[in-house]
Amino acid sequence: MHKLIDAALGIHPQAIEAGARRLELLAGNMANADTPGFKARDIDFRATMQSLLDGPTGATATLRRTEAGHQDAPGTSLAAEPLYRVPNHPALDGNTVDTQLEQTAFAEASVRYQASLDFLDARIQGLRKALRGD
Amino acid sequence: MSLFKIFDVAGSALSAQSVRLNTIASNLANAEGVSSTAEGAYRARHPVFAAVLDAAGRAEGVRVVGVVEDARAPRPEHMPGHPLADENGYVWFSTVNPIEEMADMMSAESTYRNNVEMIDTVRQLMLRTLQIGRR
Repeated sequence: MHKLIDAALGIHPQAIEAGARRLELLAGNMANADTPGFKARDIDFRATMQSLLDGPTGATATLRRTEAGHQDAPGTSLAAEPLYRVPNHPALDGNTVDTQLEQTAFAEASVRYQASLDFLDARIQGLRKALRGD
Repeated sequence: MSLFKIFDVAGSALSAQSVRLNTIASNLANAEGVSSTAEGAYRARHPVFAAVLDAAGRAEGVRVVGVVEDARAPRPEHMPGHPLADENGYVWFSTVNPIEEMADMMSAESTYRNNVEMIDTVRQLMLRTLQIGRR
């Protein structure tokens, strides 16, 4: 039953989750627009969605601890890891946040998020209609 | 839900920027302050920001790690008639540069505004998320 509903909802729930994660990352960039030495990061959305589609069988990398000092790292997909932005013109204090770029990225990500919400909503309406039979 | 976290992230930026605006205000208020000794002259104060990172190295916000005083020397001026002048007739002016402070204020203001806009957008997104399947 669960699988049936999951299949009916399609990829949209995952898209919403990935979108929220990207928005969070962009918010972190914006908050640190004036922090010396801060490096802006972003998610490769296409790669993230691809890794979600591939599921746990996709290309994932797990880190192994070989030294006592190594930190624990959960097995995560490489594609979902945030990457560092290549700055157009880095500031003298080492900050790579481009406010305009981050703002447009945030606007884009929020529109994508809204689109995913609409798609999911439409799927739910469809399911409802099918269940009611009217 | 991770959208909730954005409120914390943007909120930390708002409070950091308001600390910055506060120090700018006190710098400007003391810009014309004079003293009879170099040590007593007002030195401009500036907050130092640092990113708050989670275990995975993602930014969870920003915080003010401290407020540093200007390292520049106060400017002496020969004003024998000034009530605060020392025995040689000198008074010391603060290290505040009003133009620098105004530029700093504009930067703080725009970052503050960006973060407010971000909170507004996220609030709308969250409300819409709560409306899924309600129609």
